[in-house]
Amino acid sequence: MNDNVTLTFAMMDAPFESARTTTVMRLIDIAARRGYNVNVFAYEGAVHLPFAGQTAHPNAVHGHTAEEENHPLPKDWISALLRETERNGGILDWVNCGLCVDERGATDAIEGIRRGTPADFWQMALESDNTLVIATN
Amino acid sequence: MKVLQIVKTAYRATIEEQDDTIVWLSHALCGAGAELDVVLQGNAVNYAVAAQNAAGLSFGDWRQTEPPRIARDIASLIQKNVSVFASNEDLRERGIDGSALLDGVKQVSRGEMAALFERYDSIWQW
Repeated sequence: MNDNVTLTFAMMDAPFESARTTTVMRLIDIAARRGYNVNVFAYEGAVHLPFAGQTAHPNAVHGHTAEEENHPLPKDWISALLRETERNGGILDWVNCGLCVDERGATDAIEGIRRGTPADFWQMALESDNTLVIATN
Repeated sequence: MKVLQIVKTAYRATIEEQDDTIVWLSHALCGAGAELDVVLQGNAVNYAVAAQNAAGLSFGDWRQTEPPRIARDIASLIQKNVSVFASNEDLRERGIDGSALLDGVKQVSRGEMAALFERYDSIWQW
């Protein structure tokens, strides 16, 4: 770890369910652009955010092919944030809650994601300048 | 069968979905032959505002090229002869003037809602 500011985010919402996910990603993006270190503890449904099996689809209502629709996939957002953090000298450490992964069968995550436990979250919080919890409602 | 769709949960993952899921479902049901109308309640009354723009989202080098265009989706429902109602109390509470709404959106008061329901075989609240 470097001497940069370190922020920890805990999030719970599953993909395609809440605008909170977009908001958290925007906050992480700002931190990444500033070269901050970012820790994420993905809890419960949020472990599906980096699920590698997400697939873009066409949208007949919009009259778009899959290519034209360019469907946003949270796994791609996370990949972009991993690249952006690294490009600016920070580190994005994304931890998926292992038990949450197991109960959902969400084991196939994109590269750069690691499995962890609430103890990782606690350690992240201890070592961070601040921690923001984005709970589900 | 004629159905009234009530949309109350607004802007729920619209960035990821590129639309509102129930507005989208209404289009899809119309395509399947359904006869339906739509009521916008609560925060969803903002769906009827013409001048909204959700473009410009980016994360690192990822750019959203196809943002949700909810006003377009509501307008195209109206073009399919779907009546789209907006709760005028909810509009007023949010400071949304009738002049800001898409052409063809009808305002309905809470007091008129029961009579509106009587015109449908089924009411589906989302």
